[in-house]
Amino acid sequence: MGISGQDFIYGCSAIGAGLALIAGIGPGVGQGIAAGYGASAVGRNPGARSDITSTMLLGQAVAETTGLYGLVVAIILMFVKPFG
Amino acid sequence: MLFLADNSLAESFMIRGIYKMPFKFLGGDVWITTTAVSSWIITIILLIFGIYVGSKFKNAKDIPSGFQNFIEMAIEALNGMADSILGENKYRFINYIGTIFLFILTSNLSGFMGMRAPTADYGVTFCLGLFTFAIVQFQGIKNNGIGHFTGLFKPIPVLFPINLIGEFANPISISLRLFANLLSGVIMLGLWYGMTPIFAQIAVPSFLHAYLDLFSGCIQTYVFCMLTMVYVNDKL
Repeated sequence: MGISGQDFIYGCSAIGAGLALIAGIGPGVGQGIAAGYGASAVGRNPGARSDITSTMLLGQAVAETTGLYGLVVAIILMFVKPFG
Repeated sequence: MLFLADNSLAESFMIRGIYKMPFKFLGGDVWITTTAVSSWIITIILLIFGIYVGSKFKNAKDIPSGFQNFIEMAIEALNGMADSILGENKYRFINYIGTIFLFILTSNLSGFMGMRAPTADYGVTFCLGLFTFAIVQFQGIKNNGIGHFTGLFKPIPVLFPINLIGEFANPISISLRLFANLLSGVIMLGLWYGMTPIFAQIAVPSFLHAYLDLFSGCIQTYVFCMLTMVYVNDKL
């Protein structure tokens, strides 16, 4: 028994979903850098802690977007099955 | 073939149709989905909350105590959040911001109540993004007039397509951000509940709930409201 065309497409979709999540590397690095600079800013000026934290969270959430696009592509490949 | 075949695990945490309406719309079936039911429940909860707070504030005291104190603290936090972005214009937008803040926060936390979060449906978050888009465009036209459209050709006309895409990418990016965060939480919890043995479902998921529902949900609510205000503030 061989692999049918349908199974082959599903397998390739799963591989593509895995590859799409490589997009998670960039936001991880970016959020880490933002958190690091946020920590050093709090260390330099502890009085501005709440302002620094809210700015850092906003920036991190914006930086996260590209990773989430990758996640959406992966979820579409896995669950919506556009090529199946 | 866990995800790819038709299986009950994926269906247990994806959007389901509950009741099929007896008519067709634009040639397609109309379903009452889990999203619709959860958002009705959330709307009813928010209505009851609003009526209760309104009746409490009918006889508000000068020196607040108890429940009144809590509500005033929340309103002050909201005012402070709007003040940090919008400055003196905050009172024109604070009603809308407060409304979507309450709705998104309740939706994101509805995973605790066993509902499927309505914000984990792109139909809901895209509508919220469209509201933001409409407000931003309206404010741009109202405050800048024709300059709102000629501004797309600045600094050089060649950049017009980029500027146009930048304008239309805003609602898509904020709605996708909210949707993807909530959907990833729903999927991870669904996989955990569907794949682990029964003894791992008693206390362990509380950590996952704390991160995926509580932390992520609160942060995304805050970010959605902040970004809406940032976009609006650009056009003032």
